[in-house]
Amino acid sequence: MELTLGPIAYHWPAERKRDFYAAIADEAPVGTVYLGEVICSKRAPFFERELPATIDRLRRAGKRVVLCTLAEVMLPRERQATAGLAALDDPEIEINNAAGLLAREGRPHRIGPFLNAYNEATMAWLAEQGATHVCLPTEMPSEAIAIAAQAGRDLGVGVEVQVFGRAPLAVSARCYHARAHGRTKDNCQFICEADPDGMPLTTRDGQPILRVNGIQTQSESYVELLQELPAIAAMGVSHARLLPQDVDMVAVCGVFADRIAGRIEAAEAQGRLAEVCSGRGFSNGFFHGAAGYRRIQAAAATG
Amino acid sequence: MTETHMIPAPPRRLMPAGLICAALRPILDRVVRRIARHHPDMFARIAPYQRADFVIVPAELPFALHLRPDPKAPLLRAVPRNRLPHHDARIEGRFHLLLELVDGESDGDAAFFARDLVISGNTEAVVSLRNALDDVDGSIAQETADLFGPPGRAILAVLRRRSKRQ
Amino acid sequence: MTDTEMTDTDFSTAGELVCPAGTPAALRTAVDAGADTVYCGFRDATNARNFPGLNFTPEELQSSVAYAHARGARVLLALNTYPPAGKVALWRDAAAIGMRSGVDAFIVADMGVARHIAETHPGARLHLSVQAAASSPEAIRYYCQNFGVRRVVLPRILTIPEIRKIKSEIPCEIETFVFGNHGLMVEGRCSLTNWLTGLSTNMDGVCSPAADVTYERAADGSMRSRLAGFTIDSFAPDENAGYPTICKGRYTAPHRTEGFYAFEEPISLNLGRMLPDLMAAGVHAFKIEGRQRSKSYVRSVVRAFRRAVDSIRAGGEPDLADLVALTEGQKETQGAFQTKKWR
Repeated sequence: MELTLGPIAYHWPAERKRDFYAAIADEAPVGTVYLGEVICSKRAPFFERELPATIDRLRRAGKRVVLCTLAEVMLPRERQATAGLAALDDPEIEINNAAGLLAREGRPHRIGPFLNAYNEATMAWLAEQGATHVCLPTEMPSEAIAIAAQAGRDLGVGVEVQVFGRAPLAVSARCYHARAHGRTKDNCQFICEADPDGMPLTTRDGQPILRVNGIQTQSESYVELLQELPAIAAMGVSHARLLPQDVDMVAVCGVFADRIAGRIEAAEAQGRLAEVCSGRGFSNGFFHGAAGYRRIQAAAATG
Repeated sequence: MTETHMIPAPPRRLMPAGLICAALRPILDRVVRRIARHHPDMFARIAPYQRADFVIVPAELPFALHLRPDPKAPLLRAVPRNRLPHHDARIEGRFHLLLELVDGESDGDAAFFARDLVISGNTEAVVSLRNALDDVDGSIAQETADLFGPPGRAILAVLRRRSKRQ
Repeated sequence: MTDTEMTDTDFSTAGELVCPAGTPAALRTAVDAGADTVYCGFRDATNARNFPGLNFTPEELQSSVAYAHARGARVLLALNTYPPAGKVALWRDAAAIGMRSGVDAFIVADMGVARHIAETHPGARLHLSVQAAASSPEAIRYYCQNFGVRRVVLPRILTIPEIRKIKSEIPCEIETFVFGNHGLMVEGRCSLTNWLTGLSTNMDGVCSPAADVTYERAADGSMRSRLAGFTIDSFAPDENAGYPTICKGRYTAPHRTEGFYAFEEPISLNLGRMLPDLMAAGVHAFKIEGRQRSKSYVRSVVRAFRRAVDSIRAGGEPDLADLVALTEGQKETQGAFQTKKWR
């Protein structure tokens, strides 16, 4: 099972992204890096200039690079951005919206977690239409992941599962960052840049619950499937995705790489991860078919 | 004894709640058995909650109703408001509203949004009961009144007028 | 009737009123109140209103279709959730039962389900559910080209000029919501309920399942709503309430310590006054939300919109009775349809 680094969900400044990917290129034990703006089309221009150099940098370090399309496509600039990516022969692209599938016209591509490939029938359809790789929706439980992984093997497509980072829970046409600051999406002044790990929402009795990232709503706690990694690999899942958070991601990649390679047990890996992500909570409920926020110590998942 | 002799006068404030409840017992018993007989589909919709105990509290009446929608042993009885039995869910609102909800003349969600309907306890049980009642065509209240002939219909008319006025 | 004989129902009249039914009684109520079309679903995860005590058995669907057809109304079957791997058969079986029951079209979201129906029941008419979140001409064309989709239900996020533009670039009919619950998140892309309850909107067809909802009333008459133990909102004694959904809750943020509606306040969509503009923009069918609502709601809303559409067809202004009493939070909005500022 190969480790991948998913796209950055947040509006980090361009210099920060550049430095981030330089560090990933040099130090992170991941095989594939997904680039591109998936959440908000307004943010995309900031990093576009840096993109060619970043792709080059990552490739020189031996990483496979994949460019991602937007999750939501509605406005003219979003339709153009999607069509532009779909026209590329290189690098590979990950498609997150059916608009991208139309533009791709059956040429090879990957399927992103926002495209809702929940089952073997949909995977078979997509594979016939050129999909080479499918990232499953984060909310899928282990029983369904196992069947999807088997389907992936039968179809000859890669199957990827998120194993680290805030769960993407919803997207909207409305920008909640702008709304929280009394602005509209068109006049947001990129206030989301102030929250590199999302804007926390807390219930009125003080319980942290969600994070706002522009038009996206994420979980408060990080998904963490260190304990489950051997079971996931045994199912035949080919790739495990880490989502960039505002922590030392090189160290996070290291913990997961050590765990996948069997160099450390789950308890040690979790201890190291807790140090890297101090102050963050962890969850694995989705995988166990329970409420996503829950943290379940699964005896069955050891291995 | 004819059926009409069993109809008590509309409840008066001075009558002790316990006495009213006792007087209502045979009537309510008959009502709920009739509903169970005539609307078997309704019970399928509340299958998981056929053994649940609902307490329905009409705001302006001196007693509450205790309902257990078990098709084998349906229970509907009046209970004093200050001695409610153990229950899984409680539904409270003005009598007129409750009557309209039972008859599909009012929308429960709207009444809830307006804070005219208060529910507590097992919300799923309440939602199931609501959906089950809503699938019944016609008026359960009217059917019930018809059960007791012209005096029954007269009493229902009085109740409807009175609660509407309040 | 054999499996492949979906009669080619005439859906050609613009201004079609598409109305919700959570029970057979609600379906009859909708038809009697003037619905052109009624949509409904089975009592399981195959549709996005899989609520307790709601929906149809196969037998109920069959008799309900007969009732509607005898009165010139059509019935759409919602199969608009996403089967998780290993459970696709439930959706396939539901489609087969729908065919046998004589429904006039299926409302689908999942590509695997759409493809199955297109190939196995080639005569079937497919509508693309709002749960597919197709909000661009390209996405809509993808479903039309590949699965023969004849109608798209648009997400509630587009302005009227944007709808007009989309209509000029797609080969199928457009259906838009005109009344009811005002969903904030892109439909079919929301796992908020699953995060707190372990039940998924996409895979299980539930949103804020009642089994996880509790209401607590304080001595002062205020009320607190919780979902799986998490406080969603609390309402002052005389404050109007809404559904206990996460996207209609009040939260605090570091700079908003007083508690605010981070996503949307309890409010309902009502586009009654915009019906002529929507028709002029090329909208073919008007959808009323609310399969979870009562017969009383269905009767009032369908009657009001029936009168409105009829008066527009007669060349007049929409005549709309006041429906605000039925709305969430007792408040109405024209949402995204009116202005981009909504975003």
